[in-house]
Amino acid sequence: MLLIQCPWCGPREESEYSYGGEAHILRPENPEAVSDEEWADYLFMRQNPSGRHQEQWSHSAGCRRWFNVERDTNTFKILSVYRPGDPPPEINDGPA
Amino acid sequence: MKKYSVFSLIRQGLRRDAEWPRAWRNPDPKKTYDVVLVGGGGHGLATAYYLAKEHGITNVAVLEKGWIGTGSVGRNTTIVRSNYLRDETGHLYEKSMQLWQNLSQELNYNLMYSKRGVVSLGHTLQEMRDIARRVNANRLNGIDAELLDTEQVKKLVPMLNASADSRYPVLGASYQRRGGTARHDAVAWGYARAADSLGVDIIQNCEVTGIRQNGRVVGVDTSRGAIDAGRVGVVVAGNSSVLAKMADLRLPIESHPLQALVSEPVKPVLDQVVMSNMVHMYVSQSQKGELVAGAGIDSYNGYGMRGSVSIIQGLMAATVELFPMFSRLRMMRAWAGIVDICPDASPIVGKMPVDGLYFNCGWGTGGFKATPGSGWVFAHTIANDRPHPLNEAFSLDRFTTGHLIDEHGAAAVAH
Ligand SMILES: Cc1cc2nc3c(=O)[nH]c(=O)nc-3n(C[C@H](O)[C@H](O)[C@H](O)COP(=O)(O)OP(=O)(O)OC[C@H]3O[C@@H](n4cnc5c(N)ncnc54)[C@H](O)[C@@H]3O)c2cc1C
Ligand SMILES: [Zn+2]
Repeated sequence: MLLIQCPWCGPREESEYSYGGEAHILRPENPEAVSDEEWADYLFMRQNPSGRHQEQWSHSAGCRRWFNVERDTNTFKILSVYRPGDPPPEINDGPA
Repeated sequence: MKKYSVFSLIRQGLRRDAEWPRAWRNPDPKKTYDVVLVGGGGHGLATAYYLAKEHGITNVAVLEKGWIGTGSVGRNTTIVRSNYLRDETGHLYEKSMQLWQNLSQELNYNLMYSKRGVVSLGHTLQEMRDIARRVNANRLNGIDAELLDTEQVKKLVPMLNASADSRYPVLGASYQRRGGTARHDAVAWGYARAADSLGVDIIQNCEVTGIRQNGRVVGVDTSRGAIDAGRVGVVVAGNSSVLAKMADLRLPIESHPLQALVSEPVKPVLDQVVMSNMVHMYVSQSQKGELVAGAGIDSYNGYGMRGSVSIIQGLMAATVELFPMFSRLRMMRAWAGIVDICPDASPIVGKMPVDGLYFNCGWGTGGFKATPGSGWVFAHTIANDRPHPLNEAFSLDRFTTGHLIDEHGAAAVAH
């Protein structure tokens, strides 16, 4: 079970949170202007890396706020937690 | 291939099992193959077998990074059924169902396919409407399916707590009689042995680290050196995005842990596979007597072969609610595999934007039952460089055209 540090409430167990998938995917500014391929890329295509992953979590059974987590998808170790709009913190944890 | 039979069993028994031949060879990789398949899971081995048997293409290698059968093919909960909602999925899974019928005989390997029936419970009115719709859709597609009411479910599964005051009242169920279970490792080993005897090289401990291109695919880099190939079929389930990246592609796939567990063995208590989408549990009894149970995926992306204990807690709570007598059982083992989930809960089986490259992935939580049919259509796709009508709709570009094949109702908790 993951122990996740909500940036506002502190450490709580995973079951208080819901997962929101890959972070930093930007909705195209002007959806009518993009091609079907670009729209599909935005909607569906994912990096799904083996290793470091920047992802969204919501403290849905707590303060209900969204934030970002960088986590290793092999070890499940949480490398950093940061608020929306903040840049991901530098991590010196060896190669991903 | 030395035929297994009751006579060979007796003969070898008298010789204290000293002379059983290897079930498949252990060759070194050749420099060049017509087709290289990446991934020695059920789907990769089945593809190799049908390439050789149906299309006469025998200069084929299956490259497996570990030992065959150690991926999800050896980790799943062995449920076989074909009661999917959409026409496309119905026909694809039904192709598998038909191949299952005499696959043990065909492969000369006991797959222990057991038509014990799959019962999918409904606990709410909306769920019953969805179940009725699915049953009707199945029947229109010629797939066996029955709608059961509470009394019929009670009679069929007497151990189930379907009383009116239970926490999860049972309003009815769908029932597929040909559904059931099969021995998962035997499926990998049976296909491996049959493919090997037709000339396919099964190469274990050979990890693919790169996909070599030169306008088209020309081969792969591996931990045992470069191998040239006219065509490359990638069948690596949970690792599909990792292989796609080697070819500079991105897929609409997320990898998630999926857990399961087994109890201590007991005398026969449960004849069918029973599942409930609503309360996230399913259970069946193995031939050895263990209860095999599972639930839905862990929510987060993951490649580590384990999940969170909260899933197990929820699954066990639901199980003892529906089967109070199971509360006395001790659980022996829990484990996880990595499953490749598509946004519409349907697989991708077809050509990639690079010539000579084919992917078969996205089977998510429910690909074991599909092993024969998946191998069969994928072999056709590779041999002819175009999909079979059964897998035409399962192309990567459905995510661009918008022709998604939504199977969330039939494929979420239900595997
Ligand atoms: C707990 C659990 C329960 C399940 N229950 C059911 C069920 O009841 N019914 C059902 O229908 N389905 C079920 N499934 C899903 C089913 O197991 C999978 O969809 C199916 O097994 C995937 O196909 P496969 O057998 O080819 O995969 P795998 O056996 O995972 O084969 C992929 C292979 O590729 C290899 N590989 C990966 N990367 C590389 C590389 N770089 N180079 C070489 N080889 C590589 C892996 O080592 C692996 O052996 C379940 C899955 C799990 C985890
Ligand atoms: Zn919070």
